[in-house]
Amino acid sequence: MGVSYPGVVQSVYPALERILPLVRKPIQYVGGELNASVKPWESVPVRWALMYPDAYEVGLPNQGLQILYEVLNERDDVLAERTYSVWPDMEALMREHGVPQFTVDAHRPVSAFDVLGVSFATELGYTNLLTALDLAGIPLHADERTDEHPLVIAGGHAAFNPEPIADFIDAAVIGDGEQAVLRLSDIIRDAKAAGTASRGELLDAIAASGVAYVPAKYEVSYLPDGRIRRVAPVDASTPWRVAKHTVSDLDEWPYPKQPIVPLAETVHERASVEIFRGCTRGCRFCQAGMITRPVRERSKTTIADMVQTSLSATGFEEVGLLSLSSADHSDIAALTKGLADRYEGSNTGLSLPSTRVDAFNIDLANELARNGRRSGLTFAPEGGSERIRKVINKMVTEEDLIRTVAAAYAAGWRQVKLYFMCGLPTETDEDVLQIARMAKEVIRTGREVSGRKDIRCTVSIGGFVPKPHTPFQWAAQLGWQQTDARLALLREEIRSDRELGRAIGFRYHDGRPGIVEGLLARGDRRVGPVIEAVWRDGGRFDGWSEYFDFDRWMSCAEAVGVDVDWYTTREREENEVLPWDHLDSGLDKEWLWQDWQDALDEVEVEDCRWSPCFDCGVCDQMGTEIQVGPTDGVILPIVQVTS
Amino acid sequence: MARRTPDREYIPPVQTLQVRYAKRGRMRFASHRDFQRAWERALRRVGVPMAYSAGFSPHPKVSYAGAAPTGAASEAEFLEFSVVQQIDPRAVRQALNAALPEGLDIVAVVEATAPLVDQLRASRWRMEWPFDVTEAIAAFAAADSVEVERITKAGRRILDVRALCSAIQMPEPRVMELTVAHAEPTPRPAEVVVAVRTVFPDLPDVPVLATRLGQGVPVDGGGLAAPF
Ligand code: SF4
Repeated sequence: MGVSYPGVVQSVYPALERILPLVRKPIQYVGGELNASVKPWESVPVRWALMYPDAYEVGLPNQGLQILYEVLNERDDVLAERTYSVWPDMEALMREHGVPQFTVDAHRPVSAFDVLGVSFATELGYTNLLTALDLAGIPLHADERTDEHPLVIAGGHAAFNPEPIADFIDAAVIGDGEQAVLRLSDIIRDAKAAGTASRGELLDAIAASGVAYVPAKYEVSYLPDGRIRRVAPVDASTPWRVAKHTVSDLDEWPYPKQPIVPLAETVHERASVEIFRGCTRGCRFCQAGMITRPVRERSKTTIADMVQTSLSATGFEEVGLLSLSSADHSDIAALTKGLADRYEGSNTGLSLPSTRVDAFNIDLANELARNGRRSGLTFAPEGGSERIRKVINKMVTEEDLIRTVAAAYAAGWRQVKLYFMCGLPTETDEDVLQIARMAKEVIRTGREVSGRKDIRCTVSIGGFVPKPHTPFQWAAQLGWQQTDARLALLREEIRSDRELGRAIGFRYHDGRPGIVEGLLARGDRRVGPVIEAVWRDGGRFDGWSEYFDFDRWMSCAEAVGVDVDWYTTREREENEVLPWDHLDSGLDKEWLWQDWQDALDEVEVEDCRWSPCFDCGVCDQMGTEIQVGPTDGVILPIVQVTS
Repeated sequence: MARRTPDREYIPPVQTLQVRYAKRGRMRFASHRDFQRAWERALRRVGVPMAYSAGFSPHPKVSYAGAAPTGAASEAEFLEFSVVQQIDPRAVRQALNAALPEGLDIVAVVEATAPLVDQLRASRWRMEWPFDVTEAIAAFAAADSVEVERITKAGRRILDVRALCSAIQMPEPRVMELTVAHAEPTPRPAEVVVAVRTVFPDLPDVPVLATRLGQGVPVDGGGLAAPF
């Protein structure tokens, strides 16, 4: 740990400054952003380096990391700094000049911190973790680390199955991070004070507390056919299962209060306020929805306060009201109206990511557009045919969709986006071709109701990847060749109609990255060597098409003896031990299996916010409850004080 | 894409302010676009009653005078903006400094009396190498003309860098200071380095730390008269 780091920790900035003129967009490496925080190194006993394993432009806006950064820095006995993946041009220069992985806040070497916390939104960040570890001088393998090295702790949605990176991390936090990072900080602080902060002692304490999953404390054994026999703790003090964390009252955690304002251009140039967490619509493909249950809403007055706080702390021109499906907030009409009234004429834009297919969504969009800005309208039917939408539990009829989109055109929108997936369980060519028919119908009806010929719609479609902790965790993933063939058929079908086809844009992602994502999402510890081999062969930034190299992944898998098909296109049976079974997302495995069977039978399940509880297991298991319903209070206008 | 929304009510500006700011320390790595975003956010944070342009997509009226390139530090960058309500230049300077990251520092804010372009005819630069460059600079100073090629979207362009440089001095063996006249186009610090290496090819090609010390109108005796 940092305890044994001799002397003062030096900034690497002087060395960095010499190479910055030679890299692309050097500003991303210098920190110094408004609202960033730097504490004296010696002033606290516990020090975190927080990493988002992608480029700064993607990592900086990440809400999870900004929340943890602030929650940790608010504590007197903790400091937190941020670090991001460096681009290959920078990596090469850092190696040449001996500059280690550094934090952007005070340019301290990552290796000097007590903890390196890495937030994985997607599995495609795994190779970037290895780059950072290697540049930091931290051994890639957890079992080769000593007391000199930080604890490497994973979090984020991908950490719900951290088995593929089990060799490289010391622990994984599952679920909401706010309270978990504070508990971990307490454990480290107390251990340091008691002189029991060796790596082994700390990991024992963390594992025993159940606050995080420590892979080294579990042993995986396999059946002769390659399936997992069991995953068992190696000692009596380690629990059999590790449960996810759930923050129950989001009004008590109104973070970030002081969002960091980047100098560099990032993917989201706006402030964000999370209006609720969780989603119980129960779309069966949706890992985010399944693992973040139950729904916990913020009250509209807290949201309105957070909007104003972040605007005045940042000077951003736009605030996004974020959640998994923002139109579902039970008070959303009053909230959007209140905010639209408050910011009318102020050049402040409000946006609300929602893809719900109904007229209400258009009303909301209209309300938010009052201020002169109009964001695009996006609807996500996800599946092309009524049958497949029953399989995935996306309860939208064709009629709903046509009517909704027509209403959007009638209300003045000329362009809408439609999101779909390809490769869903039980899907046939017919289900996907239905998308083309639907899009054409949308244009036909849209022209009729709007009386215009220049309306457009864009069909955006990507390959489905089965994810852990969802009813589709047992499903066979569609091979990339079949995915690509189906997408090609769909494109033909759209283009075949010269007249309507011209009004329909077609955006698709080819099937290959999905296979690698599928391998990493549902992989077990035997997949780790593939990640390492790919990284050693130069694999970086796998989430970027210009860096992603499918053939490299396949040849490395073959070289280490991993059968990619076995992990991806193989359907699992009910009694198979899944690599993540010992990680408790709260969902009852029997309920998930039943939901999978219902999917195959094309039976839908309602949302538990407006129908009786269907016993998914979460609230029972976690001692939580749904928190929804309109709250009292009004959104007051902000009085501008001008001097 | 979207339905046209009515234009915002247009309010004419009542005051124009000119700003001198510095790019210091690590902020020299901010590009001009990076600065622009930070500046416009700072204006919003402070609540400066900005004048907006008229039209369908109104934007705040700010005009920037030839910005120092990414990687160059500066003590003397200039911009101009208009407001729809009279404000106190001193108060706004303080408020903006608090709303900008450290290193992007507002040095002065004044009410405009004359257009900036007329007052910014040349720049004084300090260029620092990590080693002794006495010989190379002497050779450069001795030349009458040194041509450098600039490749732009419009094609190649030859500019005589040396002809636009004057008052070349060496306060230290690693440091050259010089005045560069603003022209169409104005040589950038990197092009001055290329020019030096053209007359003295043995000079190793390393990053040079350039700092703009001042801008203004050249006066007799080699100095620059700053606008404010
Ligand atoms: S609405 Fe469906 S897809 Fe969207 S977050 Fe909820 S469960 Fe997931």
